[in-house]
Amino acid sequence: MANLKTAEKKTKAQSMGLHTEVLTGKTQQKFFNPDEAENFFYWGAYDVDFNKRTDLDVKDMDCKEANRRIDELMSQGYGTIVIKNPQGKHSLGVGILNKLNLIFEGSLGYFGVGSIDGPMVRINGRVGWSCAENMMAGKVVIEKNAGSCFGAAIRGGDLICKGSVGARTGIDQKGGTIIVGGDAGAFTGFMMQRGRIIIMGDVGINLGDSMYDGTIYVGGKIGSYGSDAIESPMTKSDIDWLKRKLKVAELGENFDVSKMTKVVAGKKLWNYDALEPTEKKGAI
Amino acid sequence: MCGIAGLIHRGKSSNVGSELQLMLQALKHRGPDSTGYALYAENDGKNFIMRFKVGENVGEGSTSVNEDASVYDKRKKLVDNMLSELGAKVIKEDQLTPYSFRYEMEFNNDLMEFSKKIESIESVEILSIGKSLELIKDLGDAAAVSERYGLGEVKGTHAIGHARMATESGVDIKSAHPFWGYPFSDVSVVHNGQLTNYWNNRRVLENKGMRFMSECDSELIAVYLAEKMRNGATLEEGMKDSLTGLDGVFTYFVATKDSLGMAKDTMAAKPLVLYESDDLVAMGSEEIAIRSILPHEIDTYDPFDGEVKVWQI
Repeated sequence: MANLKTAEKKTKAQSMGLHTEVLTGKTQQKFFNPDEAENFFYWGAYDVDFNKRTDLDVKDMDCKEANRRIDELMSQGYGTIVIKNPQGKHSLGVGILNKLNLIFEGSLGYFGVGSIDGPMVRINGRVGWSCAENMMAGKVVIEKNAGSCFGAAIRGGDLICKGSVGARTGIDQKGGTIIVGGDAGAFTGFMMQRGRIIIMGDVGINLGDSMYDGTIYVGGKIGSYGSDAIESPMTKSDIDWLKRKLKVAELGENFDVSKMTKVVAGKKLWNYDALEPTEKKGAI
Repeated sequence: MCGIAGLIHRGKSSNVGSELQLMLQALKHRGPDSTGYALYAENDGKNFIMRFKVGENVGEGSTSVNEDASVYDKRKKLVDNMLSELGAKVIKEDQLTPYSFRYEMEFNNDLMEFSKKIESIESVEILSIGKSLELIKDLGDAAAVSERYGLGEVKGTHAIGHARMATESGVDIKSAHPFWGYPFSDVSVVHNGQLTNYWNNRRVLENKGMRFMSECDSELIAVYLAEKMRNGATLEEGMKDSLTGLDGVFTYFVATKDSLGMAKDTMAAKPLVLYESDDLVAMGSEEIAIRSILPHEIDTYDPFDGEVKVWQI
């Protein structure tokens, strides 16, 4: 029997040009089925209390030690952890598969909060390359700028940068939403496969190059379009969703989302044709 | 991979030797093979400083051929004789290692001819000539090179440096960065990336009389910019031309006696983090390099693809 709630979601998503099929594989079904995602938890996840709060000064720790200490604190039930003096260190806050309020008072280096599933993260500074790579769920808010490969291959969740981001934002993105308050560099949405990217400012050259699917919204100027990236008309669903999403992201109170440019895949690249590999060879 | 770092104090001098050492040491994981410094020091500006080597460091990890140290003395004597012939008057000389020297000298003629003559002596390479540039490079990490050459106390306005992971050429001093912008005094370059049209450009530039001392692709940037400036381009114009003239992936810094510049390729494939304030610009391959000298909370950003910036002291 059809699940009406899911069917309704599918209709909305389809009107925005998004895929809706449930992915195969045991783990991915757990993560991407909208009815089950809310109730999913990892074996061994900690039962934390968001009102139980502590500080962790990582000034004299390397990333392994700092991440181990975060895990220890979660095992003790701390649901809100404030990291002091991150000082641009790499790979902090990675691999957290737990509900948690994680606050960084400062900036992170490369691969910050990568491969997370569930935590709410706020970074009161800047992040380096590949922030939140492979993020599955949760929310990450960066108060300042971000480096290149921001949100590389994320599968879900909301990744928000209030400043500007570097090149290849959302490269290989497979789901979720990336929101940027400022500008973005070249190759934004490069080979993205699903999910949505919102850039409120300008973007560099080769926007959406070789994207398979997904949607990119741009508020400012576009340096150039990449291969097979095309403009698509904005719908009422787009506008409603953008308004709601920017509100959640604490951005763009007076921003006119109806004037944004919507970019999608033209689906004319070789990978969208019906030829078998042997036939392609013949065609060449 | 390689790590690059640079800083410029605007309107004042600072302890750039120790500052750059901290920045490069923080990037050691990006390149442990060799480290190089181009320091723009507080010299009186009257005489030229020439840094040169008469052999290679053949210590642990080196890919150079082992030589008897006695050849260094012979080559140094040949350099001294050549300097006399060319009319250069040596005011002060320092031997820093068995194979490297720093001469302070009076000289008023063409630097290109001068350099060609000096470097015609076997295994002799001028690392730099300038009135404020002190270019030092050797095998080892930033702390080791700084200690070997006594760089901790060097004061100046700006500096660029490089921690090298050898990928395109050997582990030796001649392939280490920075590269001097031969034949211009006080010009130096460091680079992170790979250039894919090295040989095409090299052949063209050699036909125009420019010289290459190594087979390191990064040297091309120094020679490319030097040739542009030789034909009347400003530093910034030369750097902008390089975005299309050089093929590959790169982020590089170039410094002159009163300026510091950065350029990033149009793919933005190599990292760079930048901090800019009214009195200081600091930049490096990773933020931790900047944090090593500015531990308090600061605003930094990544320059975009195809961006060129130049700052004056």
